[in-house]
Amino acid sequence: MKLNRRLFIGTGAAAASTLAAPMVHAGAHGKPRVIVVGGGAGGATAARYIAKDSDGAIDVTLIEPTRTYYTCFFSNLYLGGFKEMDDLGHSYGTLASDYGINVIHDWAVGVDRDTKTVTLAGGDSLPYDKLILSPGIDFVDGSVPGWDITAQNAMPHAYKGGSQTELLKAQIQAMPEGGLFVMVAPPNPYRCPPGPYERISMVAHTLSKINPTAKILIADPKEKYSKQGLFEEGWQKYYGGMIDRLGPDFGGGNVSVDPAAMTVDIDGSVEQADVVNVIPAQKAGRIAELAGVTDGNWAPVNPEDMSTKADPDVYVLGDAAAQGDMPKSGFSANSQAKVCANAVRGALTDSRVFPAKFSNTCWSLISENDGVKVGANYEPADGKISSTGGFVSQTGEDAALRKATYEESEGWYAGITADMFG
Amino acid sequence: MRSGFLKYGVAAFLAAALPASAQEFGDAAAGEAVFGRCSGCHQVGPSARNRVGPQLNGIFGRQAATVDGFRYSNAFQRAGAKGLEWHIDELDAFLENPKQLVPGTRMSFRGISDEGERADLIAYLRQYSDSPANIPEADPTAMATDHEVAPDILALVGDPEYGEYLSSECTTCHRVDGQDAGIPSIVLWPEEDFVIAMHAYKAKVREHPVMNMVAGRLSDEEIAALAAYFAKIESQ
Ligand SMILES: Cc1cc2nc3c(=O)[nH]c(=O)nc-3n(C[C@H](O)[C@H](O)[C@H](O)COP(=O)(O)OP(=O)(O)OC[C@H]3O[C@@H](n4cnc5c(N)ncnc54)[C@H](O)[C@@H]3O)c2cc1C
Repeated sequence: MKLNRRLFIGTGAAAASTLAAPMVHAGAHGKPRVIVVGGGAGGATAARYIAKDSDGAIDVTLIEPTRTYYTCFFSNLYLGGFKEMDDLGHSYGTLASDYGINVIHDWAVGVDRDTKTVTLAGGDSLPYDKLILSPGIDFVDGSVPGWDITAQNAMPHAYKGGSQTELLKAQIQAMPEGGLFVMVAPPNPYRCPPGPYERISMVAHTLSKINPTAKILIADPKEKYSKQGLFEEGWQKYYGGMIDRLGPDFGGGNVSVDPAAMTVDIDGSVEQADVVNVIPAQKAGRIAELAGVTDGNWAPVNPEDMSTKADPDVYVLGDAAAQGDMPKSGFSANSQAKVCANAVRGALTDSRVFPAKFSNTCWSLISENDGVKVGANYEPADGKISSTGGFVSQTGEDAALRKATYEESEGWYAGITADMFG
Repeated sequence: MRSGFLKYGVAAFLAAALPASAQEFGDAAAGEAVFGRCSGCHQVGPSARNRVGPQLNGIFGRQAATVDGFRYSNAFQRAGAKGLEWHIDELDAFLENPKQLVPGTRMSFRGISDEGERADLIAYLRQYSDSPANIPEADPTAMATDHEVAPDILALVGDPEYGEYLSSECTTCHRVDGQDAGIPSIVLWPEEDFVIAMHAYKAKVREHPVMNMVAGRLSDEEIAALAAYFAKIESQ
């Protein structure tokens, strides 16, 4: 090898000694142990990369209550009729059989950072050397007055994958002719910035086929939102007159709901609705809070390795992390997981640690074969993950480019799910 | 053996997909221009070498997946083992819709829908097959460099371990098993082709916003590292 290896190493010179057999840091208990909580975009990826790259030198346990993970990504395409629910479901079988990951289907209900153990709902208590939390989101109580989690059947959020998405679709299909769909959009920061607006596009697509006189109303506390120009151009083009959005100037931030009466009060004016999709304000999945690594709604992390500011042996990935500039997306969580996996492996086995680099691209579908995208890459700077440049699709792009962008998104979906689940 | 391949149920497909017109000979000179769509990955002619795709000399009558030194996808190895042999009909069907004849091929190409263009291309390729005497002493096929890369950059030896780490940015979209629906395959490319392509994205002489962004921040050493890793990746 001609190049000096150290050229490549951004962190620490320890790597010089690493070409020999990995040195393993484990206390009295044999192999070092990593526990990953949450088998989603961040957690499944982290577990897979640590297991794959450490070749059995690290004991990896993945704790995830569900046996089938239904992606939120592409769930809007299910609402639009472009995907089936089965297309969105992924199991953990390969992670267990091909990567030797110990997959436990249970909830983590507690973390004791002093004794370094995770407690499961089933009662067991598991020790870790490094703990990675990627629990996704929970909702902030009271953020939409009148709504709480017990109202999710009347007014679904469909902001976690699976049954909520199915419920929302069934409600849309059952709308009376000319009925009203209302979305209560979330305040920043929330998972998938373009997600609510892609959803509006896909709901409009479905309604324009089965219920063309139906109307869609968005109550939005935000002045601006992701890919706004692109969405508005598309809505005008495909769904003219169907969609109305009330931003904060028109009271979109002053909303309460009555799930029993199916009404939405927007700044004092009451709408009787047929479907109400309430996407509340969000916070880190509760286990992050229980672990004591959150500050406010999210868990602050160090941008070099995703370790929490609170505890160097506890890492938080994905939506739950307060990391800086990255949007909360599956792509981001997957990207952060690989940086974290490299760092955790390095810390436990002295394998080489490379500089953190992150990236994200989010595709959205506006109508059939009309895809757009936005992306950026990121590196640690100023104590956070900072953007180093990006791009966004342009308004007025031709149909061939938009179709290619959609096809690319399908390739991405296949790619990221293979990267998560093997 | 051709019949061996047909035994496996492809006969019906070939019969349906291949009207008699495939037997008509195209115009080899016109086919040279059509070959421009292939030359990004394939070479043909006296100095042809394996690149992203195998070299195409002597393709007529050859069993699929048997060019020396080229690492084929599992799908192509299977098709070859089942007896797929390249003749006009097979080439025509493959060129029309590669994924239909060989599902799982790494060849990122949609196919050529125009029958005449396919016939021209096949006529062009045929020149390099009949017998050595018929192969013209033509100029070597132009290398598919759409971008000049300085020799010292091409000569960099990549660090595959760093490449493996960096590759995790690629594998969010590009699949390590070589499947390429919607997103091209990047596994098992010759290092030089990989390096040239990435520098073309970096310099924005190849347009693709995601790739321009990804390549934009990679150093010369990082590109070499990625090329070294992806050139040798074991299929997973
Ligand atoms: C409508 C919609 C569209 C979207 N579209 C896109 C898109 O196109 N592209 C994109 O990149 N992103 C998209 N996203 C965002 C993406 O889904 C999330 O950002 C991503 O899933 C975050 O990954 P994560 O690992 O943080 O959380 P998740 O993927 O939500 O995974 C969290 C996992 O943790 C488990 N869990 C939670 N608590 C516990 C516990 N106590 N014990 C054990 N397990 C627990 C959960 O069961 C869950 O499986 C979209 C989101 C929505 C809602």
